[in-house]
Order: sequence, then C-alpha cells, then structure tokens
Amino acid sequence: MSTGTATAAPGRRRPPVRPARILLHAFLVVTALAWLAPLLWAVFAALRPYAETTTKGYVSWPDRLTLDNFTNAFEQSDMTHYFGNTLLIAVPAVLLTLLLSSMVAFYVSRFDFRLNLFLLLVFTAGNLLPQQVIITPLYRLYLLVDLPGITASGKLYDSALGLVLIHVAFQSGFCAFVLSNYMRMLPHELTEAALVDGASVWRMYAQIVLPLCKPAMAALATLLSIWIYNDFFWAIVLISTGENMPITSALNNLSGQYFTDPNLVAAGALLTAIPTLIVYFALQRQFVSGLTLGATKG
Amino acid sequence: MSTQTTAQSPEAADTSAPGITSPRKRVARGHGRLLTRRDRVTLALMAGVPTVLHVVLVWLTALASIALAFTTWDGIGFDSIKWVGLENFKELFSNNPQFWPAVEHNVIWFVVLILVPTPLGLFLAVQLDKRIRFSRVYQTAFFLPVVVSLAVTGFVWQLVYNPDTGLINSIIGANRPGHYIDWIGDPDLNLWAILVAASWRHTGYMMILYLAGLKGVDPSLREASALDGANEWQTFRNVVFPTLRPTNTVVLVVTVIEALRAFDLVFVFNKGAQGTELLSILVTNNIIGESSRIGYGSAIAVVLLVISLVVIIPYLVATFRKERRT
Repeated sequence: MSTGTATAAPGRRRPPVRPARILLHAFLVVTALAWLAPLLWAVFAALRPYAETTTKGYVSWPDRLTLDNFTNAFEQSDMTHYFGNTLLIAVPAVLLTLLLSSMVAFYVSRFDFRLNLFLLLVFTAGNLLPQQVIITPLYRLYLLVDLPGITASGKLYDSALGLVLIHVAFQSGFCAFVLSNYMRMLPHELTEAALVDGASVWRMYAQIVLPLCKPAMAALATLLSIWIYNDFFWAIVLISTGENMPITSALNNLSGQYFTDPNLVAAGALLTAIPTLIVYFALQRQFVSGLTLGATKG
Repeated sequence: MSTQTTAQSPEAADTSAPGITSPRKRVARGHGRLLTRRDRVTLALMAGVPTVLHVVLVWLTALASIALAFTTWDGIGFDSIKWVGLENFKELFSNNPQFWPAVEHNVIWFVVLILVPTPLGLFLAVQLDKRIRFSRVYQTAFFLPVVVSLAVTGFVWQLVYNPDTGLINSIIGANRPGHYIDWIGDPDLNLWAILVAASWRHTGYMMILYLAGLKGVDPSLREASALDGANEWQTFRNVVFPTLRPTNTVVLVVTVIEALRAFDLVFVFNKGAQGTELLSILVTNNIIGESSRIGYGSAIAVVLLVISLVVIIPYLVATFRKERRT
C-alpha cells in the first residue's frame, strides 16, 4: 500500500508521515544499532584502561576513557612497518590489475569478437574459484622460482612481488569482465574514426578509450584497494617471515605477541580497520557501484 | 564423472593462450583490417601478457592441483613424485576423521547464509528502496561489516564471545568459573557462533546486491499492481520478486562461493580446531601445518574445485549465452 501511494504521487517529494513509516524507522534504527553493536563494543573496550576493566568487569560504567590503548598498540607492535608492507603490495597490485585488465578488456571489446566471450569466460571463472583450490601448487611454484637479487628472500615465496602477482592474476578476472562490458557501451565510431585517421592502437587505448572509462576505473580502484588491503589468506600462506606480512595478516601474529589483553586487541584490530573505513566513507558511491557493476550484469 | 567435467574447462582455458597471443590470423573482423604490423604486435602484447599471467597462476595451478591429487610428493625434487592413483581420495573419504565434518560444515555454512542473512538482506533492501528518509545512513550501517576485513571481524567478534571478558557472557553472568559458556572452544557451539559473525557480514552484502536489483525494477509495474488493488506483500511477491530473477542468480552463486571460500573468520577464531573444520582449512593445514602432504592436500582441493565448478560453469554459460544474444 505505502509503495503505491509513494510512487503514484510523483508530484510530491515525500509521502506524509504515517504510523507505518514511523514503525519502519523504529525498526531500522534498532536493527542498525544492533548491526553496529559489535564494532561499538570494540571501540568501548579499546577506550578503557586494562586495569579498570579487570577490576570492574567489561560491562560497567567507565571511569576513564583514553586513547592510550591505541597509541600503545600502534607503537609496541611497530604498526607503521606493517602498514608500509601493505602499501608496498596494494599500490602496485591495484595499478597493475587496472592496467592489465583494461588492456584485455580493450582487446576483447574492440577487436576480437569470437575470442571475446571465451576469454572473458576464462578470466571470470578463474576469479570465482576458491583460493584454496590453487594454493598447494602455487605455494610450491613460489618456492621453486629463484629470483636472486630481485626479492629479499631470493624467491617468489615470502616476497611482496609474489603477493602482487597473485593479486593481479586473481583480481584481473573480475575487472576485465566489468571493464569490457563498460567499453562495449562506448560507440564504435569513436575508435573507428581514430583508426581511419591513422592513430595507433596504443593511442586509441590510452587517449580515447581509457579516459572514457574513468568512472568504471575509479569504482574498481576503490573496490580493489579494499579487497587487497583486506586480504588475509594469500599472505598467511605465501609469506613466512612475520616481518614481511601486510597489516591484515600480521594482526594474527601481533595479537599473540604484543596485544596481550583484550583492550589492546580491540585497539589493534580497530586501527587496522581505519584505512578501509576512510576509503569507504570517502568513496562510498564508487565502492558500491563497483560491487554492483559486475553483479547486476549477470 | 564429475572429475571429467572439471578437467575440461581448465584444459580448454589453457589452449586459448596461443590463440590470443597470435591475433594476426584472428583479427579479421572489427577494426582488424586497418591495422599495421606494429599495431598487431601491440595488440598481441596487450591481450597476451595478462592472459598468460592469469592462466599460469590460476588455471595451470588448478590443473596442477588435479594432477598432484593422484600422487604423493614430499616437495623435495621432482623425482620423488610418485603416482598413486586414487589412493589419496580413498584415504580422504574413508580414513580422515576431519573430512566429512568439514564437508558438513561447508554445507551448513551455505544453508545458513542462504536461509538467514540472504532473506534479511532482501528485506532490508526492500525497506530501504522505499523513498525513505536517512536511507543512506541505514545502508552505511548495514554495509559497514562488508568493508571491514574478515580478520578484523574475527577479532571484533572474539571480544563479544570471549568466555571471561566477552560481552555475551558478561551480560548473562556466564563469565564465572563453573558457569562458563565457551563460545569459541566448545565444538557444539563454535560453528554457530562463527556463523553469526559470517551472517552479520553477509546481510549487508546481500542488501547491496538486492538494492541494485530493485533499482532496475520498472516503477510502472508497481503502479499498475497498486492500481489493481494489490497490497504491498502481493505486489512484492507477484510483481517485484519475479523481476529480481537475475539478482537472485547472482546472490545464489555469490553465496555458494562465499561458503566454499570461508576461511579467514575460522582461522582467526580457532584455526579450524574441533567443531569448525572446513575444506579450505584442511587444504591450508596441509601446507603450513606440521605435516606437509602435497598430494593429499591437493585431493582436498580437487573436491573443492569440483563443487565450485558445478556452480560456476552453468552460471557463466547462462550469463554469457545471454550476452551473446544482446
């Protein structure tokens, strides 16, 4: 009923406040708060000194709220170092994924229509596989590849390069799919004309097609940054030295070594989440549209 | 039977590589006729480099998983690879006390996700799709768990479940010796406790997918239905839900994949100890655990691969068939 009135009267911007609407808001407020509760509980625990919570218990009125746990967690575990590791992996991985997948998308959407579907099928199916299906041979492969002088470990294993490569290989499937759908919507005359004028293929890609794909690229970049930042599995298996882990995977080791009480664990975990939250709040629209770009197409 | 279907796709994938790296013969249509030699080389590189990287690291390794599943190997030198036929699978199916529980837990994971957070996400999406004030604020709250990494989610929920200091036990007074409820250690409880956290995350994800789907529903359909005197529920059931079919397919596939990929939360909670075994955990334990049994771990990976391809292939075939028509 309420949808009927809402859509049937397009002249009015909002329907008048009705009891059903108020009930709905009440329901949504309660549910939303319940959804935030675990995170808020973590914030609450992180803000309280450990000594106070041991004597008063965790469910108690706080005497003092401080940021000490956050600064301690950050300094004791040398978090800057692990954030640095993440940056070293995520930035090249995101850029390379976008570059490579946009090149594939350009090729399949502009040049080869027969291979188009098949190639996309390969990329997309690969992206949907659970990581554990390929991890055993991948782990062995990474141990076998010697790269003396190129990586600190002398192998692909236990190196940032190894993680970048697997991120790029795995994520380019999804990105190629999304970007090729996007590029096919661009009018064909655009590149046809450039070609007739004697522009090279590379110029067509770099100066005509890519600039038009900015919205899709921005959405994918946001999505990829968060996904790669949040990756836990690849680094747990493919990195052996705790020092070399990116922050999300390092959290697991740090929680035993440095974060000795629940308040510190809470602070450490929340600190790790902050960069993703910043990206999400700043680029919410890009993130959501990136996520649904691939999905609604299907 | 099913292994055959499994093998087909990766092989097919593999043979595609040479075709792509030499597009000279193939670019007959499209802009092909206007290309110079240099353009063709550029194109070959543009399509070839990413494809080789993807095929080598994803599909060749998947094939290697299949091959290694029929061998034993200690990982030291290629000479020690020995063909053992179906031995790994026999041992896995009949002799591994963790295997069937793991399969069962993966199934439970899927069933719970599809029965609880998925309908809830749809319900929230339908509510938020009405022209409602603060819709964005609510969306942000429900979607927040999807943005935070699963590792952080694991730590946050441990603060809720911790027997001594956690929120639940503190509130219900079960944090005293003798009254403990061990949400993380008790094998009858821990899977469900983790599934609450997984559902917490999955709901927001489903909500966003359904919101996108609902945006695509033609408003005039709803108007017509309302004019015909249908109430809100009837309109949803008979008009809106049927048009959400493409979204439902995506949701189903995403949920299956999520259930098969489930790893991070369990690893952070209790490393897949008793009560929370999963196929993904068993595979990983065979790599980073004490006993590195490569062939055996690969056999588990093959089980995982077969299950996922049963879902992935029909979905992609259907999707791409539709694309070809458009």
